[in-house]
Amino acid sequence: MSSSVAGVLAVALLVAALWVTYRPFGDYMYRVFTAKRHLRVERAIYRLTGVNPDAGQRWGVYARSVLAFSLVSVLLLYLLQRIQEHLPLNLGFDAVGPALAWNTAVSFMTNTNWQAYSGESTMGHTVQMTGLAVQNFVSAAVGIAVAIAVVRGFARRRSPVAEGGRGGPGGRGAGSRDDVVGAGDELGNFWVDLTRAVIRILLPVCVVVAIVLIAGGAIQNLHGNRVVSTLAGGHQTITGGPVASQEAIKEFGTNGGGFYNVNSAHPFENPTSWTNLFEIYLLLAVAFSLPRTFGRMVGDRRQGLAIVAVMAALALGSFAVNAAFQTAHHGTVPVAVGAATEGTETRFGVPDSALFASGTTLTSTGAVNSFHDSYTSLGGATLLFNMMLGEVAPGGTGSGLYGMLVLAVVTVFVAGLMIGRTPEYLGKKIGSREIKFASLYFLATPAIALLGTGIAMGLPGERAGMLNSGAHGLSEVLYAFTSAANNNGSAFGGITVNTTWYNTALGLAMLFGRLLPMLLVLGMAGSFARQHPVPATAGTLPTHRPQFAGMLGAIALIIVALTFFPALALGPLAEGIH
Amino acid sequence: MTTTTVIAPPGAAPRPGRGQGQGGPRRVGGGLLDPRQLGRSLPAALRKLDPRTLWRNPVMLIVEVGAGFTTVLAVADPSVFGWLITVWLWLTVVFANLAEAVAEGRGKAQAAALRRTRTDTIARRLTGWSPGQAAPTAEEIAAGERVSVEEVPAPRLVRGDAVLVVAGETIPGDGDVVEGIASVDESAITGESAPVIRESGGDRSSVTGGTRVLSDRIVVRITQQPGESFIDRMIGLVEGADRRRTPNEIALNILLAALTVIFLLAVATLQPLAIFTKAQQPAIPDSAALTSHGITGIVLASLLVCLIPTTIGALLSAIGIAGMDRLVQRNVLAMSGRAVEAAGDVNTLLLDKTGTITFGNRQAREFLPVGGVDAALLADAAQLSSLADETPEGRSVVVFAKDHHGLRERSPGELRAATFVPFTAQTRMSGVDLVNPDAGTERAAGTESVGVGGAGGELRRQIRKGAASAVIAWVRQAGGTIPVELGEIVDGVSAAGGTPLVVGEITGAGSAAHARVLGVIQLADVVKSGMRERFDEMRRMGIRTVMITGDNPLTAKAIAQEAGVDDFLAEATPEDKLALIRAEQADGKLVAMTGDGTNDAPALAQADVGVAMNTGTSAAKEAGNMVDLDSDPTKLIEIVEIGKQLLITRGALTTFSIANDVAKYFAIIPAMFAGVYGGLDRLNIMRLATPESAILSAVIFNALVIVALIPLALRGVRYTPSSASALLSRNLSRYGLGGIIAPFVGIKIIDLLVQFIPGVG
Repeated sequence: MSSSVAGVLAVALLVAALWVTYRPFGDYMYRVFTAKRHLRVERAIYRLTGVNPDAGQRWGVYARSVLAFSLVSVLLLYLLQRIQEHLPLNLGFDAVGPALAWNTAVSFMTNTNWQAYSGESTMGHTVQMTGLAVQNFVSAAVGIAVAIAVVRGFARRRSPVAEGGRGGPGGRGAGSRDDVVGAGDELGNFWVDLTRAVIRILLPVCVVVAIVLIAGGAIQNLHGNRVVSTLAGGHQTITGGPVASQEAIKEFGTNGGGFYNVNSAHPFENPTSWTNLFEIYLLLAVAFSLPRTFGRMVGDRRQGLAIVAVMAALALGSFAVNAAFQTAHHGTVPVAVGAATEGTETRFGVPDSALFASGTTLTSTGAVNSFHDSYTSLGGATLLFNMMLGEVAPGGTGSGLYGMLVLAVVTVFVAGLMIGRTPEYLGKKIGSREIKFASLYFLATPAIALLGTGIAMGLPGERAGMLNSGAHGLSEVLYAFTSAANNNGSAFGGITVNTTWYNTALGLAMLFGRLLPMLLVLGMAGSFARQHPVPATAGTLPTHRPQFAGMLGAIALIIVALTFFPALALGPLAEGIH
Repeated sequence: MTTTTVIAPPGAAPRPGRGQGQGGPRRVGGGLLDPRQLGRSLPAALRKLDPRTLWRNPVMLIVEVGAGFTTVLAVADPSVFGWLITVWLWLTVVFANLAEAVAEGRGKAQAAALRRTRTDTIARRLTGWSPGQAAPTAEEIAAGERVSVEEVPAPRLVRGDAVLVVAGETIPGDGDVVEGIASVDESAITGESAPVIRESGGDRSSVTGGTRVLSDRIVVRITQQPGESFIDRMIGLVEGADRRRTPNEIALNILLAALTVIFLLAVATLQPLAIFTKAQQPAIPDSAALTSHGITGIVLASLLVCLIPTTIGALLSAIGIAGMDRLVQRNVLAMSGRAVEAAGDVNTLLLDKTGTITFGNRQAREFLPVGGVDAALLADAAQLSSLADETPEGRSVVVFAKDHHGLRERSPGELRAATFVPFTAQTRMSGVDLVNPDAGTERAAGTESVGVGGAGGELRRQIRKGAASAVIAWVRQAGGTIPVELGEIVDGVSAAGGTPLVVGEITGAGSAAHARVLGVIQLADVVKSGMRERFDEMRRMGIRTVMITGDNPLTAKAIAQEAGVDDFLAEATPEDKLALIRAEQADGKLVAMTGDGTNDAPALAQADVGVAMNTGTSAAKEAGNMVDLDSDPTKLIEIVEIGKQLLITRGALTTFSIANDVAKYFAIIPAMFAGVYGGLDRLNIMRLATPESAILSAVIFNALVIVALIPLALRGVRYTPSSASALLSRNLSRYGLGGIIAPFVGIKIIDLLVQFIPGVG
């Protein structure tokens, strides 16, 4: 079987698996976030933390909770790294330096998992398990919580109208929606959403996944570094550790921070080609199923289907382009070996590496099983473009859904004007307040990525960090800031980023790239939650049809293309077009 | 429908688009753009270059800053290319201002005409006059009896003053007639030359300042505060002086600002990237676009201006002004732009049955003979009895007899010895007494003879039509019998929402008289032609129509079905109307309605779009947010379409503007960087001649497209009522796809011309 046939089969299998789990997993998450009852362990947590789980939060309170939690997370993680030399199981590693500790703390809190260090030579087991792994869970859960809160904003009906069964977008299941999402302009309770996402979704799945990965050959132990004698007579240091458990949440929570420096290219993290495919599935699973949850919560499953269709179309298109550039490159070496194999792990081959690379850049994961720096220039450009899309196809856990919903709001606004009505999405009118939040949202991450790149390229000292000159060097810096601003975390590599300047700048990019959009989207949701929905009529633009889905995809592509075309022209395009 | 004829007030600008008929493909059109208008508006456009004026439009302000920047650069380092770019950047701003100036100019012409009507009227204020007294006569005033009169200039009148206005005088301010009746020429306001009657009490009491009393004398109680008269507001409106941005316009402005910031960042951050790129390849010589100091300021400004949404930014305010202007051209005064936008969003339309859906009066629909009477005979009798009946119902009987029974209309004078019996409230019948009827009338062939020899050899025939009970009693009294089926037919007509008129006759005289019932005329509401199609259109647009009527539910249902409205409210009181509006709004719907009476005022105020008829009371006009000067209730449908058209035009031009950027990138990016990276020349898919010509062409296209779209912005995008999806598909393909393709073609054509300019090509 040729590798391209294998690649096509892998994609088909992946699509089938995601399709099969779309409904049950989406429905499960819907039940998790709409159930009235609390589990015993959850009640214990609420008692311990003094949270009233049945109190609703308006958007401002919800946002402040997110901020407070994020701040505490960063501080704790920073502290853990700074006192590492005093911690048990530190494998003899020193405390992490301030700049790197800041960068890493922000990186894991923001679900970016940008790593300016080598895991196996910097972090001991305690920091890995009580710091990084915990953030892997909760940062993913924060993303899901915010997405659910945003969906509640759309689903909310301000005043409970007693007529029952009447009105509501699509008119379906509207009668029961008050029970499900409550009435009033509250967006739910952040602490409850956070706890449920961890306890009911992430933890159980990751336990199973870890066991499956161990069965596939990933390691799980608390060994330190072991020096072994190789067959050739040399010595090699083998680092053991709780790899499988970290690997599970690394993929499932779209985190991407590897135990080892080479991430998922390491055989202990990703032993075989089936674990490779399994890991790709894991990093797509939550983001591709959340639209179902969204559809259920707003009472019209077709809305969820439309969103997932746009995500899938963008993702498949991007992968096809990437794979085409990787397999059909005209360079001397790629022609000789049949594909651009440089930087790929031979266990996986070019198509599966391209699939992993597309998956990881489309989902804000940032795990890698091949080196993006070594991709063909246009292949690398598609990976860059995936992130520039704002991580919406399907994006990170939660962040993908709310990013896509913001794009949907912008699309509805333009489309609504063109049909002569004040635009409305899911029965909620898009006025100046809502469009203000949406505009700032889609402004935020490109601004951070472009400003970061511009400043780095303008500072002579930082340019010296590039290992490559010319267009490729420029691509490396552009990639780093795009990755950080969009909370992806994958690296093009090729630049020395463990410097005080890059650690600080990229840390700021990650921080603002995460929290600004979250605050803005929560603000938008709060504004929608206050509205009483407008009933759908024949004059309402249907937002579940291919027409709207197509326009949504086109707007996403065009806005990104227009924003980044000049920068891309001087980076990968300059390099790739001959 | 009250069709209006276009008679403009003297000196007023023509008002195109008024008096549009119903049915057929309609187009909410506007005036055409006269090229001379552009020239006339140029001074105003230049005045608007003042940054203090321009700051309201951030997109164009950035263009102006860019133009100023390139001017400095061009002065410091003159080149043909630099100066051409500078000139065209300035032209871009001027063209944008021109669009706004042209839109405002059209309103100014109308305002000037209105101002002429606001003459320096001297009002005669009455003191000591109390309501209920007759208007003082000239003699009384001269004698100083009863009341005292003082002459004050009209602007000094305040609310509550009573003024006397006599024939030939101009009414000094808005108010209500509290005493007397007069015919008033309102052409200054409505353009309608036929005088209207204004009288105290009732729903025709309101008068507008600036109109002229043609006959009689009236006392008017002023209801306006100084400077807030109808004409003042109208002038303010058409001039756009007190134009505030509407909610949707604000929202769109925010989106455009965000896009502008993104492009500003994309261009600003390009500079360090470009400097780095150039520094990496020191062997490559400097070009007009890229030097070792990075991209030249002129090219950077060009790129920015081409990318930011200048097309929609330039035309946005013109679109808003033109939208209000289109309403004014249709003789509708909107008190706020917000109301016009709300009109486009309306979910439910409340329409009064009478006058809007049906003609004001009932009309003959069918002749139903009874007792074996021939249909032609009944038709003949019905016609004869109605010849002198000048009521609309009576006329309709004659017309129906002609149209459906081929009976020639006869003038009353043709009948010899005919005595017409008028309708009275006592007899509740009208008709005709004929002597020797055969001699004077042409009888339809085959009708049975009714002429029975009378006592004096004279043939006598009496025909009556009227209320069933009255005609039955009349026939019975003359000894006639009543066919049993009459009752059923009369009840059937009533049940179907019609009014039955029974026709009876007595032939002969005295003892030989023969009385009988001939049949029934069915009078019914006649639904105006084309209404069903309009309501179908409304349904496709997602608007529910509700008919409001005082009729009983049975009648209302029949008419509602015939007209094709979605719902009806029968036996409606003003309170019912208000309750219905509140119920709809509780469901999140926007409601529009028309009204004219004082008792409509609460509902007009409650409705999201309340259109008051100009003939209505001041209370109604105060309560509504629009006034229709033509007092045409069907105007509501046009208002909805104008509201939609306003938004569509904005959306279409926004899409067009953004789509344009694709082609501009393909022109400018290769022009800037193909010198450094030869491969990027492959992006020059238009094969533009030189980097300079490519950038210049993109800038010129960007400026010219504004001028090219001014007519569209003023006229509005074509709107045909259809479903949301169909509308979106059409506009997306036209303005989205068209917006991508058009600049490729346009820039290429401009490039073919500018490449011959020395220093560019």
